[in-house]
Amino acid sequence: MIALRLEPREHTPVWLNVTLPLLAVLATLVICSGLIKLAGASVMAAYGKLFLSALSTRFNLVETAVKATPLVFTGLAVTVAFRAKFWNIGAEGQLLAGAMAAAFIGARQGLAAWCLVPAMIACGAAAGALWAVIPAVLKTRYKVDDVVTTLLLNFVIFYGMMALLDGPWKDPLSGYPDSPDIRMAAEFPILLKATRLHLGVLIAAVATPLVWLLMSKTTLGFAINAVGESPRAASFAGMSISGVILLTAVISGALAGLAGASEVGGLHFQVMAGISPGYGYTGIVIAMLARLNPLGVIPAAIFFAIIITGAEAMSRATGVPVFLADVIQGTALVTMLIALLFNQYRVRLRRVSNG
Amino acid sequence: MKNDAKMRGEVKNKHSLLEMRGICKHFGSVKANDNVDLTLFPGDILGLLGENGAGKTTLMNVLFGAYSPDSGRIRIDGRSARIRSSADALKRGVGMVHQHFHLVPRHTVLENLMVGRKGRSGRLDRRAAQAGMQEVEQRFGLALDPHSLVSDLTIGEQQRLEIIKALVRGARVLILDEPTSTLTPQETEGLFDALRAMAAEGMGVIFISHKLNEVRAITNKLLILRSGKVTATLDNDENISRRRLAELMCDCDITPPAKPPAAPGNVLLELRDIRTGGTLRARLKGVSLEVHAGEILGIAGVSGNGQLELAEVISGILPPASGTLKINGQAVGRLSPRTVQKIGVGRIPEDRMGTGLITTLPLKSSMVLPRIHEKRFSRAGILRQGAIRRFVREQMHLFDIRASNPEVRTGTLSGGNLQKALLARELAWDPLVLLAAQPTRGLDIAAAQFVHRQFLELRRRGRALMVISEDLEELFALSDRIAVMFEGRINDVVPIARATVQKIGMLMAGVKEAA
Repeated sequence: MIALRLEPREHTPVWLNVTLPLLAVLATLVICSGLIKLAGASVMAAYGKLFLSALSTRFNLVETAVKATPLVFTGLAVTVAFRAKFWNIGAEGQLLAGAMAAAFIGARQGLAAWCLVPAMIACGAAAGALWAVIPAVLKTRYKVDDVVTTLLLNFVIFYGMMALLDGPWKDPLSGYPDSPDIRMAAEFPILLKATRLHLGVLIAAVATPLVWLLMSKTTLGFAINAVGESPRAASFAGMSISGVILLTAVISGALAGLAGASEVGGLHFQVMAGISPGYGYTGIVIAMLARLNPLGVIPAAIFFAIIITGAEAMSRATGVPVFLADVIQGTALVTMLIALLFNQYRVRLRRVSNG
Repeated sequence: MKNDAKMRGEVKNKHSLLEMRGICKHFGSVKANDNVDLTLFPGDILGLLGENGAGKTTLMNVLFGAYSPDSGRIRIDGRSARIRSSADALKRGVGMVHQHFHLVPRHTVLENLMVGRKGRSGRLDRRAAQAGMQEVEQRFGLALDPHSLVSDLTIGEQQRLEIIKALVRGARVLILDEPTSTLTPQETEGLFDALRAMAAEGMGVIFISHKLNEVRAITNKLLILRSGKVTATLDNDENISRRRLAELMCDCDITPPAKPPAAPGNVLLELRDIRTGGTLRARLKGVSLEVHAGEILGIAGVSGNGQLELAEVISGILPPASGTLKINGQAVGRLSPRTVQKIGVGRIPEDRMGTGLITTLPLKSSMVLPRIHEKRFSRAGILRQGAIRRFVREQMHLFDIRASNPEVRTGTLSGGNLQKALLARELAWDPLVLLAAQPTRGLDIAAAQFVHRQFLELRRRGRALMVISEDLEELFALSDRIAVMFEGRINDVVPIARATVQKIGMLMAGVKEAA
């Protein structure tokens, strides 16, 4: 008989930090290959399409970067929040808040053309921050569980937005439940001709190292880590737990809000029901896959962007439903959480004789 | 003749209660247990001695099924036993009372006895548990009211419940890990009576403790571990000197540091009528104390009588409901961790892993945690990593903190090194007043002496120290006066010249007029 048991590790080897996410992804793909088989397609062909189509042409490469942009923002938002153990499941709602603020500002006729884009970015970030501060205040003031409030506020703002789009904010020209288009001058500049590579992509690329600097080189990042790892020790040392959590919420919400502003200003130029196909939730998976390291967010976000862009091509070529992309996302979260177990424990196999 | 000896050996073997042979256990490159042998005969009370990290806990975890050994055999009653879980251990008659109790506070004594036991057809068997309790009371004199809530029991009573639990489950080998650290001297005597009754009935007891005096008082055999190896197995008789034992445990000098006569100056720390919230037993109900420059005030008491609250008030994390706190004659208005630090209070909290340091962060982060906003460590919100590392390296050198570099995870340091790190962090800012709670709990002799020498050095330099401890030996070695807490009050303050263990013990139990 072989017995399997978990024993606590004394040290976590460095190589594990890199290989664990890769192993988790690999396990995910192996598990999901069963679904491809069920759909009656060849596993290699389906995965080939899924991954290679997104990287095949210049256009697709840019599209992947564009798709990755909101994911980078929400991944960063979740990373910062989770470092402080502020369980922000609400990046989705904060993204919508940012999108609505940007769409509102972008359509204002009274504003000077030059200030539209900066105002959209600033207001988008501010709206996201505001939406994240609500659960943070409830947590720090009244000890209301942040998982529940951040999650439920997503629905509050989503249905609030739908009510607006179906009523006062409905586009008078089209009659669809979409907001009016933003002004031409409010559209984010395109960085690469004949593509959709917009300013938001650049902002995401710059935000990532900035968040890394914040977390590792500043007293605020130091305090966020300390509060997350041990609120008791942090408060014993004289830090204000509530203050740090509120600041964390502001930063996290602002990053998620930027995702919304960038989607509106760079891609959709309006707000509609499908503005976010769950980017906020995918951000959680990305943050976990990145092991809450801001620099890990970019590869993780690109991985998911590839899957999302490639799913269409795969579906067309092999008949596997596009929903495989969603299954992969969900499975990746589970495998990553399991993989994190091996950070703290080692598996021991040993032969046991009966008797 | 030869045959005879062999015979006797066999007979003896047959009757041994517990035998561990050649136990080895590695953690990475560290040999926590290296070929350890342990034999327990019926009626033995075996003292397990050794420094921290000597392998005592590992050995007992192997015996109790928490670790599987790399090699080695365990025999119970002469039959080979494979113990893979605590349930296995209990089935074989091995019971353990951990340092931290595993009780359900909101259940009654009787209900706690039933936890983990299946009655017939899945129902709880109240009657069997009650019968078990009565039997234990008759045989060993260990009694408790079966219907009182665990949360209402004193620490000593909770420990008794843990012992009863093990006995009711049929333990014939009882392991006690640091059982006396939270007891009054009188309670300790009661525990010892029960242990002697168990031994008289042919049970075996393994007694793990740092307190040499108690080990000498209760055990008949000693097993001494050092760096995972057995350095000696010997009968406990009067001829073995303390010094000899210390030599077997470590290469260290255990003569306590010399304490020059006190030269107290003006009052540096003054508490006036401090009252707090909290549980009825522990809330402070009007505590007034003074500590002078160049003086060490010891705070004694059974745990849970307000010592923690007192420490938290002075540390600035528990705002008092009323009362004033003065430092160097200056009243501290709003007490907060920041204000007390700024005004010159160094603080060593009781829970060094959870409150003092952050085990999951690098050592350097833990060591600058309260001072991160000082100009020395950050400018305009940007960390000065170089300065931080330099500071931590310096302190590591000064306080002999054994860690490979400032980047290692705090939690990988040993208890002694953690305490040194905490001490280094607080002393780096030359506090006027040092508050230390349980400063040497769980530390080995060498580390504890290091801490004590630091305290006496501060005393010499005219600082005021308040040392809260459950270790009376420590309080007698350090204090100039001992204040005894009972149910949130200072029961009495006794100058060291007039303090006896007997007297302090009575005061700890709430008796005011000690003989």
